[in-house]
Amino acid sequence: MADNRADTRVSMRTPLARVKGLGASGHGVEHWWIHRMTAVSNIPLIIAFVIIVAALAGSSYQEAISIISHPLVAIILLLAVISVVNHMRLGMQIIIEDYVHDKGLKIAAVIANNFYAVIIGVACLYAILKVSLGRILV
Amino acid sequence: MAEAKVAPRPLSPHLQIYRWSWTMAMSVAHRITGVALYGGIALFAVWLVALASGPDVFDTVQWFFGSPVGYLVLFGYTWILMHHMLGGVRHLVWDFGHGMEAAQRINMARFTLIGSVVLTLAIWVVAFLAF
Repeated sequence: MADNRADTRVSMRTPLARVKGLGASGHGVEHWWIHRMTAVSNIPLIIAFVIIVAALAGSSYQEAISIISHPLVAIILLLAVISVVNHMRLGMQIIIEDYVHDKGLKIAAVIANNFYAVIIGVACLYAILKVSLGRILV
Repeated sequence: MAEAKVAPRPLSPHLQIYRWSWTMAMSVAHRITGVALYGGIALFAVWLVALASGPDVFDTVQWFFGSPVGYLVLFGYTWILMHHMLGGVRHLVWDFGHGMEAAQRINMARFTLIGSVVLTLAIWVVAFLAF
């Protein structure tokens, strides 16, 4: 097997830079790794989400409140929103970086992407918490 | 100052030059479904905020999702979600270094499409029977 390690005698990189291992982006594999981690967490959370939404079909206001405000449902939905919103934010950033070449436009698009993800996330979390906090199962 | 000379570099052909293959189609579909889910989650946010707002707003939103257009959107969303999920599982398999052989790649791509359709129909049948 070929030795692919960087030749430390000719490398221009400082030993500190190599130890940190963050590369040219300055944040290493963080984006890639969180994208995969949320991909994994999305799977069980989305399966639960689909079941919850199916149970909500055609429900009245009172029925919908009683389903969403159930602690188990609320916690699953909170986790799902956090996982999904982060996953989609990272995914859209990859698409922007692939197709938007103008630097100013790219920065604007990445910022807008982050804002959108935060707005969606906060709106969902607020609504779930508002509906479910204070309910005691009797 | 001397102009920097740009050597004519070979360009890779545009997408429409290639013959469509299963893996290519499912790769494109994975991205498109991702973008669709990115926009579509706003519908869930609207539904939740309507629920948190009160019965009047909720009834309006719930009426939309119960209408033929609403059902069509939800059905489409289910398929897109299942497609992206199975496509994602395929990527996780590749991340572990498996499924790289030609036959495996094509079979996994086919499974993404067939599996997503089967799962979508199963979800809707079960949802109608159970709820």
